[in-house]
This record gives sequence, structure tokens and C-alpha cells, in this order.
Amino acid sequence: MQHVISVIVEDKPGVLARVSSMFARRDFNIHSLAVGPTEDAGRSRMTVVVDGIDTEQIIKQLYKLVHTIKVSEYAPGSAIEREVMLVRVNADAPRRAEILEAASAFGSTPVDVGASTITFEVTGEPGKLADFLELMKTYGIVNLVKSGRIAMGKDQKSAARKQKNGQGG
Amino acid sequence: MTERKHGADILIASLTLEGVDVVFGVPGGAILKAYDSLVDSNIRHILARHEQGAGHMASGYAHATGRVGVAFATSGPGATNLITPLADAYMDSIPVVAITAQVGSTSIGLDAFQEAHTWGISMPVTKHNSIVTRTEEISSTIHEAFHIASTGRPGPVLVDITKDALAGEVDWNGPDEFSLPGYKPSVKGHARQVAAAIDMILDSERPVLYVGGGIIRSEASAELRQFAEQQNIPVVTTLMGRGAIPDSHPLTLGMPGMHGCYTAITSMQKSDLLVAVGVRFDDRVTGDPDTFAPLAKVIHVDVDPAEIGKVRNADVPIVGDAKAVLAQLVARGSRVLGERPAPSRDEWMDQIREWQENFPLAYDQDPDGPIQQQYVIDQLNRAAPEGSIVVAGVGQHQMWASQFWSFEEPKSWINSGGLGTMGYAVPAAVGAQVARPDATVIAIDGDGCFQMTFQELITAAVEQIPVKVAVMNNGNLGMVRQWQRLFYNERYSGSVLSFDVPNIPMLAEAMGCAAFRASTPDEVIPTIDKALAVTDRPVVMEFVCDPDAMVFPMVRAGGSNDVVYMGPEDL
Ligand SMILES: Cc1ncc(C[n+]2csc(CCOP(=O)(O)OP(=O)(O)O)c2C)c(N)n1
Ligand SMILES: [Mg+2]
Repeated sequence: MQHVISVIVEDKPGVLARVSSMFARRDFNIHSLAVGPTEDAGRSRMTVVVDGIDTEQIIKQLYKLVHTIKVSEYAPGSAIEREVMLVRVNADAPRRAEILEAASAFGSTPVDVGASTITFEVTGEPGKLADFLELMKTYGIVNLVKSGRIAMGKDQKSAARKQKNGQGG
Repeated sequence: MTERKHGADILIASLTLEGVDVVFGVPGGAILKAYDSLVDSNIRHILARHEQGAGHMASGYAHATGRVGVAFATSGPGATNLITPLADAYMDSIPVVAITAQVGSTSIGLDAFQEAHTWGISMPVTKHNSIVTRTEEISSTIHEAFHIASTGRPGPVLVDITKDALAGEVDWNGPDEFSLPGYKPSVKGHARQVAAAIDMILDSERPVLYVGGGIIRSEASAELRQFAEQQNIPVVTTLMGRGAIPDSHPLTLGMPGMHGCYTAITSMQKSDLLVAVGVRFDDRVTGDPDTFAPLAKVIHVDVDPAEIGKVRNADVPIVGDAKAVLAQLVARGSRVLGERPAPSRDEWMDQIREWQENFPLAYDQDPDGPIQQQYVIDQLNRAAPEGSIVVAGVGQHQMWASQFWSFEEPKSWINSGGLGTMGYAVPAAVGAQVARPDATVIAIDGDGCFQMTFQELITAAVEQIPVKVAVMNNGNLGMVRQWQRLFYNERYSGSVLSFDVPNIPMLAEAMGCAAFRASTPDEVIPTIDKALAVTDRPVVMEFVCDPDAMVFPMVRAGGSNDVVYMGPEDL
């Protein structure tokens, strides 16, 4: 099972190395890791997707790193999760139209068109990306580049309010 | 008052502000500026003969006092030589600050002369580390390093400072603050958990206090004793926790684990409640974790939340400093005991006394046979003045020292528990002696260990640090030999040293030490007496010991603690 852990760290040189070194040393498996700035200039957020079940030790060990400020694990469904990928698929002239139509069902637009390939950009939930890949496999995937997952906890307050107003769903 | 200062001066001033009175190190190109500033300070520098020695000295100093020990090394090989002592201090939670110099900031990454990626190499073996490339950051980083090393779960911190940062000049007016928004070690335990712990203890019929190095590091011995007596709980002290409560105390059961005593091991196996304080359920204690103390609930007190639940689930986890939490437990305990009767633990205590009588730690010294190390340790213990500090290497001699020395005070036992670093004893003893010039410091070392770091006796002789070193010469890497005898069909691959080479007394004398040798049992006591009388320089006692003696009791590595071998006949 995969777990999504969000780590707020001080934005200091080497902090990524500290986190990844700790994962290696403790034999924790990283599935993906994405790092970037936050709304707060001195802080970065790392979104770590890990395989396995015992996230308690991972979270505690993350907290032990002196530059860690906050660690949270998102329960399934409690966060907005996104990944981006670029997929280049075989697209001979006779199948082009079919491929483009299939892709548009995913809201995906071609970002590069070559003589015999089309490259798509797909953004969305991990499940959507997996479905897209599954579909494109039938045409033949030439190249795949995928980002690490990013996630943001859902705004519980606004969700609750919406429900009260009968607009939820 | 603001003054224009070099980075090196700021470094030394910052160390002085932290109360540093001595540093152990070896200079070199990149760190020369700092050494130059040292001349004008009140800090004593002890020139080790190897940076590993300097690191262990800093650790011995910290062990003996609880204060931060400081080691200096130059860039490249100086820094890499410090890695073993840093890893050692990390495993045993010893507060050490290592200052290493780095090549100039513009040369970093260019494979400059004596460049090593010290920050990266030391990261997994330090509690924290930093690289300073700007003079302005030296003061705050040093201040931060001492704070991190000495608070929460103590540990080593390395500060790597570039040559140009040391040479640069800035206006400086005293210590600069640091900011660590995410670093807030807990001190007091949660009141509700403390109350739950007391309830659980009062319901327990067969509790055992399982305590370790955390008691020593947090200076919680008085609170531990008060708590054990109030709740009438017997205490086992791990290898790192020996001396946490006096061995002569009636509640003390001795050391658990692979070479622990039968009663300590078995009481945990039969216990219905482990009150674990400042311990980490190390594999050398638990053996097979699935069969360790199978009947026991667990109350686990530790300053490091990650230790709780790491190996064994805790029924009552309490995150906090051992001293503070034990004081809370005592306070809560006395309140509750005013309201309800104390449980009778007579049956449990009777059972424990029975084990103690039937399975004591014992040895035989045949007056006409070879010297047994246990006998030497016993005699040293009798002859040594009260308040002596014992430092051990790693191997059979270490286990016998931990078993047969009677530890009456915290910080009287210094050894490398977690990493098991051969060569630890001599330099750590030097550091301890520097820290405690009034105390008798006795290293109990193996001949193998001794040959890894004996050169620090030169440091001791030159610096007039009168440590006493007992070398247990069994001509072998004895602990390795024991395993080969028991588990590898007596094929002694790579474990045979030599009884005669080096000639240990001659070697010791060449290094400026007094030296004595005992080859037969009747020479043991006179040798000890002569050696203890030497106080003006380091002294080495060589005891030529039985190469075939083995350490017992023994629990197999990864085996169940239900099976304790009392001697080779049990295997
Ligand atoms: C640096 C290091 N290398 C190897 C070992 C493995 N080892 C553990 S005990 C031991 C033998 C120690 O020999 P000696 O110092 O003579 O002590 P004895 O067991 O004979 O008392 C060895 C080689 C170690 N612990 N540390
Ligand atoms: Mg030996």
C-alpha cells in the first residue's frame, strides 16, 4: 500500500540530501518524492510517497531531522493528489485521429507532434494517469516522463460548510 | 562591544562561551588558522596521535562528565579519521562536537588537495551537521551545534568550516542566535500517561525496571533509585546503563542480554511488566524480539519518540527526559500509594532471590593455571579507590568487566556499546582522565583492541595524563575465537594474535609509560598494587591470560532469551 507523507522542512541547502539519506539508512522505500517551495519563503514542502505499512517509524525519523518542521500523513481521500506526465506514443498517420480522440477524453492535449509520434501532457490524480497509460499502451509508448506526486490536504472547513448549505456532493 | 575579528577567533571565542576548557585534535593546513587562535585562548589543546583517538577522547570526556566533548580535525583525511568516533558517539548518544576544516569555499567540488565531502560522509553518523562557508555564520552555528549535541537525545554534531570562513574578518559582538523552528525536544512526560503508568505498575505482580544509558545521560540515578524503592521494582541495567543504580543495591539484578546474568535475563522473560527507561530494546538485549519478555506489558520512557515502538510496541509510551519523567512517576506514585495499598511482590522477590542463588555470576581461578580475566577484574575492583572510572575496549574483556566490576555510581563505566568499536578504551580513558583529573581511570583493554589505538598512550605520557591500562593479553581476538570455537568448528581463521609480539611492557615503556607484567595468578595482585601506586605518568599492566576462556552466560545471537547457556557444557 502507498502512503502520502507531507514534510515541511526549513529551506536550507542540503535538506533534500538529509531526508533521502535518512530514508536510505533506515531502509525505507521511496516511491516518489517531490520538493518545492511553499507559501512561506523559508520553508519547503516535500511530498513523499512510500511503499509499505509502518509509516509511524518513517514519520518519527523524519521528525528527528533537525530541519524538519512538520510531518503529516494524508489518509486516503483526504488530500488532493496530482502527478504530471509526458507520454510519447506511436502515432502513424492512419491512427492519429483515433489517438487524439482517445486522449481528449482525458482532457489531454498534444504538446508535441512528430512524424510518427505524438507527445501528450497529462495532469491529474494518479489513477487517471494510470488509466491513460493503460490506454496508450495499445498504441505503443515510446517514452514516458513522470513527476513525483504532490498533494495538498483538502480544506475540511470549506468542505463542511458546503455540505451544510446543501451544495456538497 | 563590536570588534573586528577573524572567523578563527570567533570560533575559539564561541567555544569559550560554551564553556569548553579542552579540545582534542590534530592540526593540518585547512584548520591552521583556528589552531593559531587557540594560542591566545584559555582552551587546552591535547594533540592526539590520530584523529580517531581525538574523537574517542572527546567522547570519553563527555561520558565522564555529561558535558560536550570537542574534537578538532583538518580537512580530508583528518575529517575522515573522525568518522568512527562520530558513529560510535551517535550509537551511544554521547554529546560531542567535531570541528573540521574544509578547503576554501571556491575550491569545493574541484577535488582540491585534502578535500573530502565531510558533510555528506558524516551525515548518517551524526545527530546533525553543518557546513559553514561564511565567517558571519560561525558563531550561530557553533552555538546551535552545542545546543543540539547536548539537548534531547544527546549525540555528535559536526561543523565543517571552510578555510576562507576561518580566515575572513567581520565585526562581531558576541554570540549570535540560531533558529531551529522544528527542534523542540520534550522534557516532561504527559501527565495522563504518567498516571496510566502508575496504575499499570500497581496492578503488576512481576514488574522489572529495564534501564540503560538514558539514565546516565539525563543524570537520573537519584530519581531512578527513589522510584525503584517506592514501587519495589527490581532493576536490570544494560551495558550502557551499568552504574545507573548501585550494583550493591538489593533491587539491582545486573546486566541483561547476550552475556548478561541469568537473573536479569530471566526476570524479564517472566515479567508481566517492563518499565523501560532510556533503553532502546537493542538486539543484544532482546535476542529474538518475538520471544523477548513475551508475557510483559511495556511502559516505555524515552526522550526520543522514534525509539518508542521501534522494536517493541509500548502499552504506555511516555516521551520525555528520563530524569523529569521519573520524578513525575515518583510524585504520582506517592499520591496514589497514599490512597491504595502497595501490592505485595513477595512471591516475585522470592523467585528472584532463588535465581540469584542458583545462577550467580562466578569464575574459578586455578592458582596453578593460567590467569583468568575475571580474577584480574575482581582484584582490580578490590584495589581501585572508590569513585574510580572503568573504561573498556570491545570483546571478552569488556563483557567480563561489565559483569565482574561492581559499579556503584553513574559515569563510572565508559564503553562502546552500540557500535562496539575496538580501540575505544585507551583514547576514551585519556579523555575521561582529562575531564576528571582527580579520579583513578582504569582502562580494561584486550590485546587486539590495544593494538588499534595504543599510540594515544604517547599523548597521555607527553600530556601527563596518568591513565592506568590493564591489557588482557590472551594472544587472540578472544571474542572472535570464542565464536569460532562454539559455532565454527574451532577453525580459528584470522583470530590469532601473538602473546609475545609486541612485547607490551617494552612497548609501553617506549611510549613513556610505567609498565608491569603478570604471567601467573600470584603475580596479579602485586602487579595491580605497583601499577596503582604510579600517579605521575600513564601505566600499563599486562596480564597474560587464558586464551581458551569463554564468556558465559550466553544467549545465542538472535536466539531466545529463554535459553541461557551457563557454560560450554550447555551448548
Ligand atoms: C574496529 C573493530 N573491528 C573488528 C571488530 C570485531 N571484534 C569484536 S571483538 C573482537 C576481538 C577483540 O579482541 P581483543 O581486543 O583481544 O579482546 P578479547 O576478546 O580477546 O578480550 C573483534 C575483532 C570490532 N568490534 N571492532
Ligand atoms: Mg584478546
